[in-house]
Amino acid sequence: MAREYRTIEEIAGPLMLVRGVDNVKFDELGEIELVNGERRRCKVLEIEGSDALVQLFESSIGLNIEDSTVRFLGRGLELAVSRDMLGRIFDGMGSPIDGGKAVIPEAMRDINGMPINPAARDYPNEFIQTGVSAIDGLNTLVRGQKLPIFSGAGLPHAQLAAQIARQAEVLNSEETFAVVFAAMGITFEEADYFIGDFRRTGAIDRAVMFINLANDPAIERISTPRMAMTAAEYLAFDLDMHVLVLMTDITYYAEALREVSAARKEVPGRRGYPGYLYTDLASIYERAGRIKGKKGSITFVPILTMPDDDKTHPIPDLTGYITEGQIILSRDLFRRGIQPPIDVLPSLSRLKDKGIGKGRTRADHADTMNQLFAAYSRGKDARDLEIILGEDALSPLDREYAKFSEAFEKQYVSQGFNTDRSIEETLNIGWSLLSMLPASELKRVHDEYIEQYYNKGADN
Amino acid sequence: MSKRIQGEIVKVSGPLVIASGMRNADMFDVVEVSDKKLIGEIIEMHGDEASIQVYEETAGLGPGEEVVSRGTPLSVELGPGMIGSIYDGIQRPLDRLAAMEGDFITRGAFAPALDRDKTWAFKPVLKEGDVVRGGDVIGIVDETEIMEHRILVPPGLSGTLKAIYEGDFTVTDIVAIVEDEQQETYELTMMQRWPVRIGRPYREKRAPSGPLITGQRTIDTFFPVAKGGTAAVPGPFGSGKTVIQHQLAKWAEADIVVYIGCGERGNEMTDVLMEFPQLKDPKSGQSLMERTILIANTSDMPVAAREASIYTGITIAEYFRDMGYSVSLMADSTSRWAEALREMSGRLEEMPGEEGYPAYLGSRLASFYERAGVISCLGSDKERVGSITAIGAVSPPGGDLSDPVAQSTLRITQVFWSLDSALAYKRHFPAINWLTSYSLYQDKVDAWMDRHISSDFSRLRQDAMTLLQEESELEEIVRLIGQDALSNADRLKLESARSLREDFLHQNSFDDIDTYTSINKQYKMLALVMLFYEEAQKALDKGANFDRLMALPVREDIARFKMVSEDEVDEWYASRRDELIKEMSRLCA
Repeated sequence: MAREYRTIEEIAGPLMLVRGVDNVKFDELGEIELVNGERRRCKVLEIEGSDALVQLFESSIGLNIEDSTVRFLGRGLELAVSRDMLGRIFDGMGSPIDGGKAVIPEAMRDINGMPINPAARDYPNEFIQTGVSAIDGLNTLVRGQKLPIFSGAGLPHAQLAAQIARQAEVLNSEETFAVVFAAMGITFEEADYFIGDFRRTGAIDRAVMFINLANDPAIERISTPRMAMTAAEYLAFDLDMHVLVLMTDITYYAEALREVSAARKEVPGRRGYPGYLYTDLASIYERAGRIKGKKGSITFVPILTMPDDDKTHPIPDLTGYITEGQIILSRDLFRRGIQPPIDVLPSLSRLKDKGIGKGRTRADHADTMNQLFAAYSRGKDARDLEIILGEDALSPLDREYAKFSEAFEKQYVSQGFNTDRSIEETLNIGWSLLSMLPASELKRVHDEYIEQYYNKGADN
Repeated sequence: MSKRIQGEIVKVSGPLVIASGMRNADMFDVVEVSDKKLIGEIIEMHGDEASIQVYEETAGLGPGEEVVSRGTPLSVELGPGMIGSIYDGIQRPLDRLAAMEGDFITRGAFAPALDRDKTWAFKPVLKEGDVVRGGDVIGIVDETEIMEHRILVPPGLSGTLKAIYEGDFTVTDIVAIVEDEQQETYELTMMQRWPVRIGRPYREKRAPSGPLITGQRTIDTFFPVAKGGTAAVPGPFGSGKTVIQHQLAKWAEADIVVYIGCGERGNEMTDVLMEFPQLKDPKSGQSLMERTILIANTSDMPVAAREASIYTGITIAEYFRDMGYSVSLMADSTSRWAEALREMSGRLEEMPGEEGYPAYLGSRLASFYERAGVISCLGSDKERVGSITAIGAVSPPGGDLSDPVAQSTLRITQVFWSLDSALAYKRHFPAINWLTSYSLYQDKVDAWMDRHISSDFSRLRQDAMTLLQEESELEEIVRLIGQDALSNADRLKLESARSLREDFLHQNSFDDIDTYTSINKQYKMLALVMLFYEEAQKALDKGANFDRLMALPVREDIARFKMVSEDEVDEWYASRRDELIKEMSRLCA
């Protein structure tokens, strides 16, 4: 059976048409051999009769219609998985780039994975303490959740992500997180920051890194997150580890997808992104979670930079519809020196309600959280009014709220990238701030908690 | 019997497969693709070639592999055993697949929708010799504690009962034999099949009248949906669409709830699966799962099956409607369904309409929502009435309602709950904007409320709405010139509107008591808030001090009313009302 073809007909952008093929399957992986012996990979995007439309994973430079040959491998793109992946650095296609030997596979896994049966999922409800008050106290992350960071160009999302990777722990548990890190289209410096931070803190020993830099082929980016998720699934569901997956930057991933879609002349959706962007993103994001009867879990924190800080841009928009909340960084807070500049009002964790409270964090957590939100929101409104009309226009109560909201940003949100606060500390800071307001204003807090915590200073 | 057509694949492009040799197949026939037996549906015919949308991942398929038509359109199995189940978009039972195949959904996995081995106690209600026609109840099965499953004669069949058996049967056992006028005999089982893309027949459609009580104050009091009506919940992400849908699935006063998770998060379905069995229906006291059917086609599951999922859901809903039940159906989210439609349309290289959606988006949506309604059922018994209330979530990009899916939906649905991200940021939930939402059932429901709850219900609601509107105008003024410029009467309006927002509209769905408010309690809460407003107006006219008015202890009580449990409501209301009037008169004395 001839599986090697020298019948390349067209090469355009990341696409290539091979004629006269036989018994080639949809989504099959192929290998292109150049005259100089170099090998590159591709996969079948469409098969019609004996014509195969294939997508290149790497650059098309040097490909020759006459001399290059294509061999179809009879399988999809796979990743060699093993416990030994921990501590290693790979490129976006899963080959080691840290100078070490290739990983001896314990198994080969199709990088597209399979959908988790919703009936087999377990609901994420174990509190993760990230040590960041704005997350732990107000937008709580739980094990198995997918919670993206919506950032903008120039904002310190990398520091926040590294802080989460460093500090994340489950209360009353000795288990640490394994980290799977996927870089897609980021700069060398940013990747170097993460690698350096992981090395410095020793986290690298429990990390698997997939690095596709800005100057690596854009098309490779389409498989990078799938490589990372495949590694994470193996660690979580085969080796019973708790895995934290960090990915940066989803925006570049989506752009690579758009590139392939445009080359295929597909009908574009919003802003030129393909109509299936939602489904495609979901096929990565939804691989996070917990499964009944399995010890491990995948918690997923992707980072994306919102073009022009616009939350309604298709990438953050569709991401927000798939993930269970979002952490939003604000340029305004960043300018005022609040670190991390998390804008807590539009940020959200959908799974927080089942991860907090008695037996998980503390009984008063939900009430304080709701009250802090309500009070901060009112305080911000008052400050907006103050800017227009001056302080005199505010009622005495609104003035207190305005003062509260400033203190909230400085003491609660701003903590720097190296402070690791326990949930107790976070809640107590919340109470010392709420004590700035009259007790009668704390309508969202049950009386017994007001009794217990209100105006109790540092001794509670 | 059904004809067996066999062809072979010529093209594979994602979920679209084109096969030749299919000239004799019917449009919308179900086909099995390749030896993996992947399920697909014929959606176009071009001479000898059929375009097939495949409901499973197509990786590994190639030209030359066989395609076999089953000769029947995509159908669902209807019968005892559906309650409490979770199905995918083409009615494969996910719980049994998980038991068979493991935690991930493997391709070509198959299990029948109704368990073939399980037996049900069938109790005939008719006897031999009775004349029956399509839609008649021949017997019942007590499927759950609260759910009597009525076994119906399939539509279109009429004749005389030759035999009917009592006892324990599986869904494929014969429970009755009918002989029609041509002396042909038909064997009836407890299971029926029905093609999902064709609505089940009924005698006649009626206009909806009474409200679907949901226990959600903003909805029931201000923007009610009628039983048998349609509603849309559009909103940006994070505005609480799914929480509202879950709240309705939990507390709506329906006999059966069909919840379609269409292209949404896997964890949300898990949440329903784990939470509903623990929750008790306020009316029957039984577990909510005993009236719920879930259709889960999450966003990572094959996109073509997502397209089918809402039809699967509404066909199941129609089956229970035909028994004479009131069914409520939630679809979350219809936007993801529309995207699946768009993806298939793109692969078929159809001329796109707006935003790449196919031109037939509007008509498809309309025909889905039109399957809702109040109907009188088929059958000899003319009194039997069933209804489907359809509530669809819409996820417009960036929350922008000019989106084609949102626009097409709003043209059809009668109720619009407008979710507002500004309210969500303030953690005011449900984040239904009271100024932009509407319900076209308002008049009918007003009449119902005035007759059944209290004669001044609609007046109170109207006064409250006016107050909220005045608040938004006053806030404009405050924003320009500050609060000091307002008269005491206007400040009272602002304070009363705030109380209305915080003490009535705001509802915490995660609080054990606040999550559900009976219509009686809703009325009393509203009445108390409005009574304070009215009495305070009078007191101000008599020269009462504004600050002392605001400091009245009864205001605290108004704020705490939502936490009062249902069995204490009447007494609590009466005492606080007296208290309020007493405090007011003391202030004016």
